[in-house]
Amino acid sequence: MENNSTKSVSEKIPFWRDVRGLRVLFQVIFLVGVVLLSGILYTNMLRGLRGLGLTLNLDFLNNEAGFGIAEGIAYEPSDTYLRAFWVGVVNTIRVSVIGIACATILGLVIGIARLSSNWLVRNLAAIYIECFRNIPLLLQILFWYTAVILQLPSVRKSLTFFGHVFINQRGVYLPSPQPTSGVKIWVACLAVGFILALILYLARLRELRQMEQPGFPAKWALPTFLVVALVGWFLTPGRPFTLELPALKGFNFAGGIYLSPEFCALVIGLVMYTGAFIAEVVRSGIQSVAKGQQEAAKAIGLNEFQTLRLIVLPQALRVIAPPLTSQYLNLTKNSSLAVAIGFPDLFNIGNTMMNQTGQSIPIFGMIMISYLIISLATSAYMNWYNRRINRIGR
Amino acid sequence: MRGKRRVGERTPDVTIKPPTDSKSMLQWLKANLFNTWYNALLTLLAVVFLYIVFKGILSWAFTEANWNVIPANLQIFLVGAYPREEIWRVWIVIYTLALMLGLSAGIWGGLALRLAIVIGSVGGGLGIILAFFPIALSNRFGLLGGVAFLVVAFFLIRGKIGLRPWVLGGWLLSFPWTMIWLHGFAGLPTVFTSSWGGLLLTLILAAVGIVVSFPLGVLLALGRRSTLPVIKWVSTAYIETVRGVPLVTILFMAQIMVPIFLPDFRIDKILRAMLGITLFSAAYMAENVRGGLQSIPTGQYEAAHAVGLNYPLTMLLVVLPQALRSVIPAIVGQFISLFKDTSLVTVIGLLDLLGIAKTVIANPDWLGLQAEVYLFAAIVYFVFSYSMSYISLRIEDALGV
Repeated sequence: MENNSTKSVSEKIPFWRDVRGLRVLFQVIFLVGVVLLSGILYTNMLRGLRGLGLTLNLDFLNNEAGFGIAEGIAYEPSDTYLRAFWVGVVNTIRVSVIGIACATILGLVIGIARLSSNWLVRNLAAIYIECFRNIPLLLQILFWYTAVILQLPSVRKSLTFFGHVFINQRGVYLPSPQPTSGVKIWVACLAVGFILALILYLARLRELRQMEQPGFPAKWALPTFLVVALVGWFLTPGRPFTLELPALKGFNFAGGIYLSPEFCALVIGLVMYTGAFIAEVVRSGIQSVAKGQQEAAKAIGLNEFQTLRLIVLPQALRVIAPPLTSQYLNLTKNSSLAVAIGFPDLFNIGNTMMNQTGQSIPIFGMIMISYLIISLATSAYMNWYNRRINRIGR
Repeated sequence: MRGKRRVGERTPDVTIKPPTDSKSMLQWLKANLFNTWYNALLTLLAVVFLYIVFKGILSWAFTEANWNVIPANLQIFLVGAYPREEIWRVWIVIYTLALMLGLSAGIWGGLALRLAIVIGSVGGGLGIILAFFPIALSNRFGLLGGVAFLVVAFFLIRGKIGLRPWVLGGWLLSFPWTMIWLHGFAGLPTVFTSSWGGLLLTLILAAVGIVVSFPLGVLLALGRRSTLPVIKWVSTAYIETVRGVPLVTILFMAQIMVPIFLPDFRIDKILRAMLGITLFSAAYMAENVRGGLQSIPTGQYEAAHAVGLNYPLTMLLVVLPQALRSVIPAIVGQFISLFKDTSLVTVIGLLDLLGIAKTVIANPDWLGLQAEVYLFAAIVYFVFSYSMSYISLRIEDALGV
């Protein structure tokens, strides 16, 4: 192009063929277009807001919210909008964390069952995956909520499990552990047990290294810790924890842990749906480990559990981690479907705030930023995890 | 292997029959269900589980459940509030699409043929159910007619390869054609989008989401891979923001913000939902296309430069044709998830399949039938979604990607 030495350098390239100039020109045109478009939208918005008698600022956040929130951290209707929004954020995080934990366990079990050598188990897992993957999540959540949980017996006729777990149309009531004065003694016991276990773990690890044999390094440490913990539990005067049992008082149960029907429906729906996707992720991850690896492990004398722990899982996890991350992010974002059944998550509360104040633009901004922060935090953690398992492997 | 044989030992002159795959029932059971003690235990547990679940479901479905609610409301499940006397227009659209599919199957064979077989057999099965079950429906032989169209078109055009460009053009036109018929033109009474509903709306939202977001997604993907920093930043920011936010948020935003930002236009609820879905889908489309772009070796770009193509021509003639071919399975996958995601428009009060299900449940004539109605909707979603994922597997096989 321009460094053609036979022609004189002074010959100018026409501007419409000068790539350097065109690059700048294109970007300027593009930027002007974007700015113009936003400008038009912005002036329209200001005009619309003026028509509604609203101004664009965040002062309303310090006003009294005035609406009640059914569940979550401590909150009164007399608290500010900012506090109300925070309650929603915490509820979203609570649902997401519980949902992710349960969906991972379910997905792991179903994914391994999908590869079982047992024909019936394998096909049951396949049916589960296909059914729950191919039905919209919102439909599933509505089904659990209106067709299952709200159709449960009334409070007086609650389903009772183990004598102290009650399930009825108003939710689930579980016993909750309450620490007693003896809890400190038990915690001290645990600390001693932990130190002992750590010493045994390191000793066993060294021994295994010296013998150059594969093995389970916590073989001595784990039972030791459990024994110390158990002995400590029974030696503590009055036991470290007592169970607060839910009991029928008046028209409802009181005490213990209470899970609302909305919370249950949302979590069940999210877990069943995401679990099916995670199962597929786990299955493809395990299948990605070459069969020769397992045969080689068998050949050097590893048993089935050791093969899984030392050979298959470390390699499968590398394949599993990235798609698993996106499933976790999906679950977090899908928790916004709470708005359909009235669970007070961050989007639902934001929506109520919009209806009350009319400040839709700043509230939408807050909602989007909250989701972006949660997403970024999740993917940052998973990226860190991904790097870690990759480093161990190589 | 039978018996031990040392290396170098002469092979005896007996022909050993190859091991047969067919096993007796008992052998199969032993190998697949009871090969170890824990598998035997698992089998027993699974059988007990199956017995309990199936007994519960079957006894509920045949004794307690009231299935009358489905045939009585079938029409609104399918097309919502679309006027009864205009439903023939929906049929015209279905027949057109069947015709196009039949033509494509006849001309291309292979994948198109397999697609046509899957869709034709699903349609035929449903058609038989509709034709012979006592259901009040305006056009009970409609679906069978559509399948007949498909088959006739297939046999008429089979092998006439010269017509390929025409059929491709037909597909391009089929989308506006569908919209024009459904909305109405010339002397036909206009059916406003506000009365579209049911399965029809669900399918249209998903189709609009994919078709309209496709060019947007390609542009965004090119923008994200551009060497011009401003374009790259803006595209990346858009893609990442949209992907980090739930669809419900974007749908609500489209409902509330569009009238604020564009006060001079009267855009109805369904159009706003389409806008939201398209903007949402474009970001995911862009990521899919980007995957395809990344799979194109640099040599292709260099070769295109060497023969003197500029950037737009390089992209149009060299890069995109290869990149888009390799992302077809991903786009089908996106269509499936978008098909399920359109159910979220229920939350903003539109009457898609799920929205209709909710209104039917709220109807005082059919109180307490949540399970039946939701199960029906679930089965419809499942049939569509499952057959589409089957098709997508076939496409992957056929493209070899």
